[in-house]
Amino acid sequence: MFWGRGKRTKETLKDRLELVLAYDRAQIPPGKVDALRRDLMEVVERYFPTQGRAVGPNVEVEQRGDTVVLVANIPLRGE
Amino acid sequence: MNAKVIVVTSGKGGVGKTTTTANIGAGLAKLGEKVVVIDVDVGLRNLDVVMGLESRVVFDLIDVLEGKCRMRQALIRDKRVETLYLLPASQTKDKDALDADKMRTVVRELIEEEGFDRILIDSPAGIESGFKTAAAPAEGALVVVNPEVSSVRDADRIIGLLEAQQVREIRLVINRLRPKMVASGNMLSEADILEILGVKPIGIVPEDEGILVSTNVGEPAVLGSSKAGQAFMATARRLRGEDVPFMKLEEDRGFLAALRRLFGGA
Repeated sequence: MFWGRGKRTKETLKDRLELVLAYDRAQIPPGKVDALRRDLMEVVERYFPTQGRAVGPNVEVEQRGDTVVLVANIPLRGE
Repeated sequence: MNAKVIVVTSGKGGVGKTTTTANIGAGLAKLGEKVVVIDVDVGLRNLDVVMGLESRVVFDLIDVLEGKCRMRQALIRDKRVETLYLLPASQTKDKDALDADKMRTVVRELIEEEGFDRILIDSPAGIESGFKTAAAPAEGALVVVNPEVSSVRDADRIIGLLEAQQVREIRLVINRLRPKMVASGNMLSEADILEILGVKPIGIVPEDEGILVSTNVGEPAVLGSSKAGQAFMATARRLRGEDVPFMKLEEDRGFLAALRRLFGGA
């Protein structure tokens, strides 16, 4: 029905649900993780100062089996 | 399911809890069980009208608790399906008239003195006291979910709360599935829902105008021949432990659908 759109809408819905349920289950407001990401960026910056870092740490809440984990992906050198 | 006492719940309103309660109740009774369906939505009762028994309500659940009548007087026997009974909620009282302990007492009496094989409790929407009261005596739960974002999210929350309340057997009833939309990739399939919620479906009920028609006249769909009615009947059989395969939702078959799959649309 929406052939021109590429992605089927249920895939978008699944991605959104996975994320929102991970936050719901961990009882964490998404904004809190964003604040953590900003703080983390500052700390990393202090230890590994670079000029004009292109990418900050990427922090996500993920469901792994029965547990919910915080995953921080911190690139040390942005190209 | 081994559970004698089953709460029908969803979190979100309007997904088909009451219809599911009425139909699975009628289905189980048709299969020979002595069943009572209890409406716990105090102040907003609806199970009576969905089942077409509204004109026969004299006493209700709260009257029993307040000692205004005996249990036997409040129970309404369905005339179409023998062994199916309704215990209506009060339409006028406050929901505070009911609590978890009172609910447990009522359920005990229904099993021990009235000899019911199965008790289905129609929970009010929400996750507040009404839901907690309805779930208190339950050993099992049917979580009704529609394949859309808010219903799935609320179902996940409800499943967590049921687990916290030590409800052992939790099963999903996927309601209002539209096979065409699933085929075109614009609606979650049963497999998607299982993957997201991690709870097995015991029933998959297609969207069906027949449900509205049957509730218009107050006759449970399991007594008719609509697709949804058949799906509810199959759900009742599975609930009793029968191995019933899920209905083929055949609209995704055929030449056009094959073409659509070929071109990535489905």
